This record gives sequence, structure tokens and C-alpha cells, in this order.
Amino acid sequence: MATPILEVRGLNKSFGPVHVLHDVDLTVHAGQVTALVGDNGAGKSTLVKCIAGINGIDSGEVRFQGEPVTIADPRDAAKLGIEFVYQDLALADNLDITQNMFLGREIRRFGFMADGEMERKARETLTGLSVRTVSSVRQKVANLSGGQRQTVAIAKAVLWNSKVVFLDEPTAALGVAQTRQVLDLVRRLADQGLGVVLISHNMNDVMEVADRVAALYLGRVAADVETRTSSVTQIVELITSGRSGDIGLASATANESI
Amino acid sequence: MSEQTTDPTTTPAARMGAGTDESLGRATGFSLDVERRSIVDALRDYVGRLRTGEPGALPSVLGLIVLGLIFSQVSDRFISLANIGNLPGQGAYIAIIGLGLVFVLLLGEIDLSAGTTGGICAGAAAQALNQNGLRHGIPGAGALYWVLIVAMLGAIVLGLYLKAVTGPVVVAIGVVITLTGLDQHEFFAIVLAVSIGAAVGIFVGWMVASVGIPSFIVTLALFLAWQGLLLFLLNSQPIGVNGYPFWYSLAHENMSPLWSWVFTIVVAGGYLLYTVGKAWRAQSKGLAGDSLQLAAVRGLILLVGAVVITALANQNRNTNPYKVIDGLPWALTVPIALMIVCTIALNKTTWGRHLFATGGNAEAARRAGIDVTHIKVTAFTIGSSFGALGGVFLASNTGGAQLDLGSGNILLFAVAAAVIGGTSLFGGRGRPLAAVIGALVIVIIPNGIGLRPSLPASYQNLITGAVLLVAAAVDALSRRRSAGR
Repeated sequence: MATPILEVRGLNKSFGPVHVLHDVDLTVHAGQVTALVGDNGAGKSTLVKCIAGINGIDSGEVRFQGEPVTIADPRDAAKLGIEFVYQDLALADNLDITQNMFLGREIRRFGFMADGEMERKARETLTGLSVRTVSSVRQKVANLSGGQRQTVAIAKAVLWNSKVVFLDEPTAALGVAQTRQVLDLVRRLADQGLGVVLISHNMNDVMEVADRVAALYLGRVAADVETRTSSVTQIVELITSGRSGDIGLASATANESI
Repeated sequence: MSEQTTDPTTTPAARMGAGTDESLGRATGFSLDVERRSIVDALRDYVGRLRTGEPGALPSVLGLIVLGLIFSQVSDRFISLANIGNLPGQGAYIAIIGLGLVFVLLLGEIDLSAGTTGGICAGAAAQALNQNGLRHGIPGAGALYWVLIVAMLGAIVLGLYLKAVTGPVVVAIGVVITLTGLDQHEFFAIVLAVSIGAAVGIFVGWMVASVGIPSFIVTLALFLAWQGLLLFLLNSQPIGVNGYPFWYSLAHENMSPLWSWVFTIVVAGGYLLYTVGKAWRAQSKGLAGDSLQLAAVRGLILLVGAVVITALANQNRNTNPYKVIDGLPWALTVPIALMIVCTIALNKTTWGRHLFATGGNAEAARRAGIDVTHIKVTAFTIGSSFGALGGVFLASNTGGAQLDLGSGNILLFAVAAAVIGGTSLFGGRGRPLAAVIGALVIVIIPNGIGLRPSLPASYQNLITGAVLLVAAAVDALSRRRSAGR
């Protein structure tokens, strides 16, 4: 397979005496959805924050398109083309879809905002993602459903030709139909060549859209498997005990306390 | 849109998603963006907005009509050119302080000190004129002048440290004016007042945004403190400003009929051109927008209204035959001009967009890379600067810098004006037009009551309170409806 678009090698992170991440390896390939799963406290959020540059890393290496990079600040990540969609969306309810998508990166002409141009680009981006559930890009975000809001948040992340998108539990608060919309969108992002990292607790979602699953167990990567060749039971075992059959952590490591 | 029909991704899942939305009665695929809004659509939209929690200017306009009807029964003189011509002079300070407050309220903050800040700023300007330049010292408080200079220099440093530029520049202009003695001239004394206001605003913004004290407390403290400072500035003696023709003219004089026409044509004609041009551009580029027809009707209504008002204003409205009073009052045109500038700043600049975003969701703004501290500091700077100018108009209206200039109900009237006009106290919602229309509602009450001497003035606050309560209730009810959907 080609060079991974984003690769984390041997990442360690401690908060004081608590060793949260042990030699974590994670690879994200362009055009694939990589699911990052793990129980609460397994280190998913910490790993994402380390990659985003919100938390520093103690040791280890992050490679982007094969090149080692240092991400010290969320802006560094954005410059590389790595975007993060957090659970609480970070949309301003009182602004419309276009205004939210361009928030902080407005296009200007002669010192004033070029609203028409932004509107056109917002619509192009949504059309490019085959989003058809939004009737107007001039709607206030306050009036959108949960699925539509998630869609806008994701579209905002991919607006700037980003290459890797991290989605933190994008379907957590959604109903059946809306979950469907968002999962379709996640799949389309990967089909368009982005590297997508999906953080989720929902195994059905993971099995449906992900190509690979990286399971974290107590700060270690228990396994990095392909969804085609694994089952829900197997992944749940990896999440809860760190091993399943002959894959996963050695039992000595898995039982080691942190 | 052609994408819809030729889209290959008609997986069962996608169909399911689309079907759900249609069953909800929602149009799909940006259908609303390609349709032009016609007049009927616009009316329907407007009713929809009313129902979903955006009453906009409706409560204030209704309030104006109802109060106008009531007061026309109270006194025959109410609907007379002479009386209506007086309204702007009586209410300009509310409109101007309210305009500044809109910026602060949009952030979900409050500036209780804008009124008394106006008091000290106008007081300082009056004292500067009285002393032929403030550098000749403030009677009874010799060191106070240098305290003021040091405080202004401090505000410049603080403002630059907080990455604000315009505010410190305005303060620096004030420092130069007073050090060179230019403040013995009326115009420069008023500029000095505004720049002292900007200095106060930088300080308030810093206390709120960087130190982290709630704006209610910071500005409450200043509301009290400035009332004391004003006594020092005036040496406990009121200073009349009626003898200063420029200052007097602000609330009492009018533009010449010719310039009134120029103002009307530029403002209303400019709006017509802008709104029609925008609709035309939207149509030709396939953007969401109103139909040309709707834009033209809206612009023409405003133009006709403005022309009628100007034509009436240009008649002699003085009942005394020895002096002609005609033209648009400065107290009307200055707030309108300021309102236009504020509207452009809020809607067309990235700074304005960031202000709205910060008021709507500060965390989202921060994550989008917006310097929230900077936005807050600039908003408070504008709030206090407008407060200072409002104080100048207040002094002009009342004839001088009294010992209680800007205290009492003045700030609360300005807040009420902004709220009656549809600005939310919770941030993120409001517009400059709200402050101007709201100020008209507020000022019409004492005016109407004052026309019938048998009616006790005690009705004034009672009615003002009732109007504010009704406006706030309309806002809250529509808000609850929108949240409950």
C-alpha cells in the first residue's frame, strides 16, 4: 500500500505519573475510513489532542505524507490540512451555514467580506459532498437538525482542501435517519480521497463505514485490523480486554496495570 | 439543479435520507437558494421569522404606532411639525448611547457605565471650553488633569497590548488635542470627549476580557465612580454649553433644506441602489437573494418615506413668525449616519462577523481562530466612545453639563431602546437600527406626556416601563417558541 497520509509511531504521553499513551502507532490512509475505538479512558481523546497539537507529546513521531512533522498548535495542524470536528460541533447558532463554514477564514475583497463568493463556495462544497438535505446555505444554524448541523461541521472541515479529517463521535446524538446521512457523508469523504478518522462507540457504524479499526486498550493499541476480516464480537473483545483469540496484546501486557 | 437528477449516488441509503427530509416538508438541494424571493415569499418569510423568534423591529414599530395614536388623542399638538421636529433633539442621546450598547449587547455583555461615561466626557469637554483648554487646569482639582493624561496614555499602551489599533489612535488624538490646547475650540473639545470615552472603553474591555470580571460588575463600579469624578471635573459647578454655537446646534439646529435633500437622496437613494444592485448581482450569479421586484419595492418605500419626511421637515415649523425653523435636525441625521456606519461595520467586515460569532458561541469563535479578547475590547471601546458622544448630545439638549449629567435613567433608557428595537440581552442577535427606532419609542413618551400639563409626569416612567416589559415579553415568547420547536 502507498505511504500513509498520516502516521503516528511510538507515541507516548504522560500526565504527571499517569502514563496515558504507550507506544501508540496509528496509520491513516488516504481514501480510507479508519475507526478509532476504545472504552472510556482508553486514550482516544488524548491521542487526538496530541495529533491536533492541543497536548504536547513526550516521545514518538508524527509523519504527514511520509515527512516527519511537529504540530505544536492547532493552527499547525490546519496548515498541514488536518482538520478536527469535535463532538460539540463549535458552530455559532446565530450565523447562517455559509457564515459558519467560513468563520475565521472569511474571503475579503477591498477590505469588505465577499459574501457572494463565500456563498458560492459553500454551496459547491456541499454539492461536492452530495449533501442534499440542506435547502439553503443562508439558513441559520439554529434552525438545523442535528444531522444537518453535523453535516455543516464536517463540510466546514473539508472546505479548505484538507487531507485528513478527525470526526469525534459524529453520530452520538443523532436519530436513525440522520445517522444515515452522516455515515453516508463520512464514506463519501473517504471516497473523495481524504483520510478519515472516525472515533465512535457504535460498533454498527464502525463496521459499516470503516475500512480499518484501531482499538485502543488502556493506552495501548490492541490491534489494527481490517473490518472485512473481523467481526463485531472480535472488536468488542479487543476494546474490553485488549485481546481476541490470537490477535491483540499479549496477555501479560494486557493485564498490566497503568 | 441538474446535480440532483444526474447524481449517481442513489444508494438505498441516500434515497432514505432524502425521503425523510421530504416527508418533513423540507425542500432539498438548495432549492431555496435558486428561487428568488418574491414579495409574497418575503411576507411569508417575515411571518415565519416572527413565529420562530426573530421579531426584529416589529415590537418597536408597533409600539411607535400605538403610542403615536394614544398621544395624538392626548394633545392636538403631538402630531404637529413643531413637536415632531423636537423629537430628535430630545432623543438623540438615547439613540447614540444605544448604538454603542448594541455592540456590547451583541456579545451578551452589558455596559452600565456608558451613561455616566458620557457624563464625564461631556463634562471634561465643557470644562475644557470653560478654561480655554483643559491644560490650564481643572479648578479645584489641580492634579486631575495630569491624572487624566496619564490614564489616557495608559489606555493607549493597554489598547496596543490587547492588539487594538483604532481605539488607541483615537485616544492618542485626544491626548494631542489637549496637550496642544486645541480643546479650547468646540469641535476639538468634543473630539476630546470621544477619545476619553475610548480610553474608558479600553479599560473596561481589559477588565472584562483579560482580567475576567463580569461586565455587569465592572461597569456598575464605573457607573458609581464616574458620578463622583464628574463633580471633580466640574468643580461642583454646572457649566452651561448654550453659549457654544456648535455644541448648542447639535440638539437644536437643523441642516439647511438643500443639505437636507442631499442627505435624504444620498442615504435613501443609496440604499435603493444598493439593495437593487445586490438583488441583481445575486440573480446574475445564482446566489440566494431577493427578487429585483422585492428589492425595488423595499428601496422605493424607504425613498418615498424619506422624501415625504424631508419635504415636511423643510417647511417652516416655527409658530413664531420672526424665525424660520426648517430642515432635518442634526440630531436626526447624525444618529442615522452613525447607524449606517455601524451597520456596515457589523455586516460587511470580518470584525463584525467575528463579533456576531463571539456573541453567538464564544467557544466556536475561539476555535475558529478569532481573538475573542480583542473583539470584546473593541466592542467596549465603541460602547464607551458612543456613550461619550451621547453625553455630548445630552448636554446639548439639556443646555449644559449638570452635576448629574448622564446618571439616573439615561443608560437604562438606552438599554431599553436597544431591547425594544429587538436586540437580545443574551448576545448574538440585534442590529444598530434597533437602537434608533427604540430611542424614538422611548423619547415619544415624555414628549407626549409633557404636551398636556394636567397629566402628571409620574406617568412617564410607568409607561416607559410597561413598553419595555411588553417588548421583552414579545422577545421572550418568540424565543421560547423557537427553542421549543
